[in-house]
Amino acid sequence: MTPHRPDAMDGALALLAVLLVVQMWLLTATLEATLAGHPEVAGPAAALSGVLLAACVALALLAGRLRGR
Amino acid sequence: MSEPAWRTDFPLHSGEERAVTRRQFARFLVLTSLGMFVGNLWILVRTRLRRAAALPRLRIAAATEVGVGDVRSFSYPGPGDPCLLIRTGPDTFVAYSQKCTHLSCAVVPRVAEGRLDCPCHQGAFALEDGRVLQGPPPRPLPRVRLAREGDDLVAVGMDGA
Repeated sequence: MTPHRPDAMDGALALLAVLLVVQMWLLTATLEATLAGHPEVAGPAAALSGVLLAACVALALLAGRLRGR
Repeated sequence: MSEPAWRTDFPLHSGEERAVTRRQFARFLVLTSLGMFVGNLWILVRTRLRRAAALPRLRIAAATEVGVGDVRSFSYPGPGDPCLLIRTGPDTFVAYSQKCTHLSCAVVPRVAEGRLDCPCHQGAFALEDGRVLQGPPPRPLPRVRLAREGDDLVAVGMDGA
């Protein structure tokens, strides 16, 4: 059995995981801030989370395209 | 000869059946990201809805009924929201939510020491402004805004809730 050599798709998955960790932090920090009486952060946080989601989708699509080559 | 589709869908070896391809894993990560985005959206919707609903006014007690150092409990804004009214001086009244901001245990007032203690995890809040003095609570105690209408003490809103 040939050993798996890391390729571009592995890199894309690693970056996806990093973005996910950032998004997880953003969710908990937003909740903490709104509970502390700072509701103004909810809007920008939701927008940033949307950007991170779009980046995750783009990375997943790119990874699929790399795999297909 | 290429493998028939049924061989991929129903592999002979159990290890292959449990195997997750990288594409499936990427899909799972994207779905998790979507879930967290929905969570952020939910927080946004809740803050907008809360802003639209004004808190009610509630008569708590007559000022002459509460002596210096006395504590009165009441519920505000709803029946499931216990609060404490404390007279700290001849002309000073403070009121806070009784739910500790750590894990919602009921805080115990220690008026002589100028603090409210949480017995669950040894958290403590200052009586004068509700700030955290010690322990795991991450935020100050939500403070009830009071108004004086004649001799009556009225709750008119809440800060930090």
